[in-house]
Amino acid sequence: MTFHKLFAASLSCALMSSAALAADYTIGFSQVGSEGDWRPAFSKNMQDEAGKYGVDLKFANAQGKQEEQLRAVRAFIAQGVDAIIIAPVVVTGWEDVLEEAKDAEIPVFLVDRDVDVDDKSLYVTRISADFNLEGKLAGAWLAAESLGNCKIVEMQGTTGSAPAIERKSGFEAVIDQFPAMEIVATQSGDFTTEGGKKVMEAFIKSTNNLDGICAAFAHNDNMQLGAIQAMKEAGLKPGKDVLMVSVDYVPAIVDAMKAGDANASVELRSAVAEFIYPVITDYLESPKDLDKWIVIPSDLHKAE
Amino acid sequence: MSALLNKKYLPFYATVLVFVAIFLIGGATYRNFLSMRVLGNILADNSFIIIAATGATFVILSGGIDLSIGSMIGFVGVSVAVLDSLGWDPLSSAILMLIFGFAFGAFQGWVIDSLDIQPFIITLAGLFLLRGLCFMVTVNAVPITHEWADLYSDIRIRLPGKGLLRSSAMVMLASLAVAIFIAHFTRFGTNVYAIGGDRESARLMGVNIRRTTVMVYAVAGFYSALAGVVYALYTKSGYPLAGNTLELSAIASVVLGGTLLTGGVGMVAGTLFGGMILGLISTLIIFNGSLNSAWILISSGVLLFGFIVLHRFLVSSFDIGNGR
Repeated sequence: MTFHKLFAASLSCALMSSAALAADYTIGFSQVGSEGDWRPAFSKNMQDEAGKYGVDLKFANAQGKQEEQLRAVRAFIAQGVDAIIIAPVVVTGWEDVLEEAKDAEIPVFLVDRDVDVDDKSLYVTRISADFNLEGKLAGAWLAAESLGNCKIVEMQGTTGSAPAIERKSGFEAVIDQFPAMEIVATQSGDFTTEGGKKVMEAFIKSTNNLDGICAAFAHNDNMQLGAIQAMKEAGLKPGKDVLMVSVDYVPAIVDAMKAGDANASVELRSAVAEFIYPVITDYLESPKDLDKWIVIPSDLHKAE
Repeated sequence: MSALLNKKYLPFYATVLVFVAIFLIGGATYRNFLSMRVLGNILADNSFIIIAATGATFVILSGGIDLSIGSMIGFVGVSVAVLDSLGWDPLSSAILMLIFGFAFGAFQGWVIDSLDIQPFIITLAGLFLLRGLCFMVTVNAVPITHEWADLYSDIRIRLPGKGLLRSSAMVMLASLAVAIFIAHFTRFGTNVYAIGGDRESARLMGVNIRRTTVMVYAVAGFYSALAGVVYALYTKSGYPLAGNTLELSAIASVVLGGTLLTGGVGMVAGTLFGGMILGLISTLIIFNGSLNSAWILISSGVLLFGFIVLHRFLVSSFDIGNGR
């Protein structure tokens, strides 16, 4: 009796899962882990949106370990998925497993970080945001807002990290077009709120209460939030005395913008499934050579 | 026939049974799971865990424990990678690191026996020391670029059904064969079982406890270092956090493989299946694709608990813990 019930239950369960599997494509996604706020939001968006694009998503969290990521990619290959998405933990050590995917004729798409391989045909394309573009957008907004006349203090991200390098060079590429715009002080705040606060305190001292400074550019919102705190403690009015522009568009900076303490932030999207899935499903329908990097557009949000 | 039915082998049979059962359940649930391809993947993807666990089997058979495994893997990995960037070939740096692993293990064994300190504490000190040294060597992921590393990863035997026996799996199987020989066919192996079963009787029987203990930890250090070399060549890079908490997976593999934590009872071959069970569970959860990865840890934990209870039951019902 109980056995029959169990059997019936498992049968209906199997039928339900096969109905859910009536997707057009099965795609494996090997994610780095779940660190910070951005990555879990990104994972959730990919999982939630899969059904909309006819994708049955196999999601594997590598918990920051490359061996887990290699295991996941090999399991996807063995399973015979239609495509594999990788957000790599590190740039090194990918040749072998990408060759195995190629032998099995399974196309690989990179999201987020890059991989360091000589043979670029091992993956179809990389779909990710462009840190450089984020810096350019921040610079362009500032140029328009200040009419090309502005002395700027800059809070950099972690020294040597890709977002810090790229956001700085993108920002400089734009302000270099304007002779009256210049960065008068720059220092690393390590992408943290405390770091941003300390750096801004130092700027306040070295520039005599930000005398003549028209804007503060931070490589992320957390540092900008620290800077806002430091300026308020020094009796300054961030967002009014000094224009505040940063990158990420986290909920806290949205609140600061509503309160008038910050002026603009470039969004680093976590809802990127709508950019990633169409590229992959189009490719699976009719394979063709794609650019090796497809840039996810960045939006700049201004305070009201 | 009677040898095959020896009650000592019951934990080993239980392990093989569980492995086959999980494989069949996976095969019945997911397309392409029950395949040579998945088997080849499991052998390669868990090779370094199984190699390290093989060395740990000797330690646990002798009644001890080694917590320095994961840090040794990390340290050997970054050392091979940094030596590679200094122009060393992987073979020379591997030999150097294997000697280091052997010597470091021997030293741990000597301290444990001569000062009569719990192996748990000494090897915990080893864990911290080696992990600290990793960060002294480098704080970055360092790629291994020597052409021999490519040659090594190109060695592979095609198995029927698109399966691949990769070089790391071959090294693992060879080192396992050597370990089986040492454990079951040498005087040293017999001594390990003897001191793990009953230390005092072993001493009275004339087993040199000091020498055996030093050798046990030296063998474990050697196997951990070999696991580190395999890991480094498998990912073609050294990373100072590599192998973090891997000693726990290795110990779990040994226990799942049917070796009693109290020492004296177990088979080296069981460790292979213990490690592969852990790999199967991970693969099963990846094949499912919608379960949270926390389920890998939960199911491994439940299985481990079940095995320890089973061992306890077997020991008390069949009296396999006492003597040989």
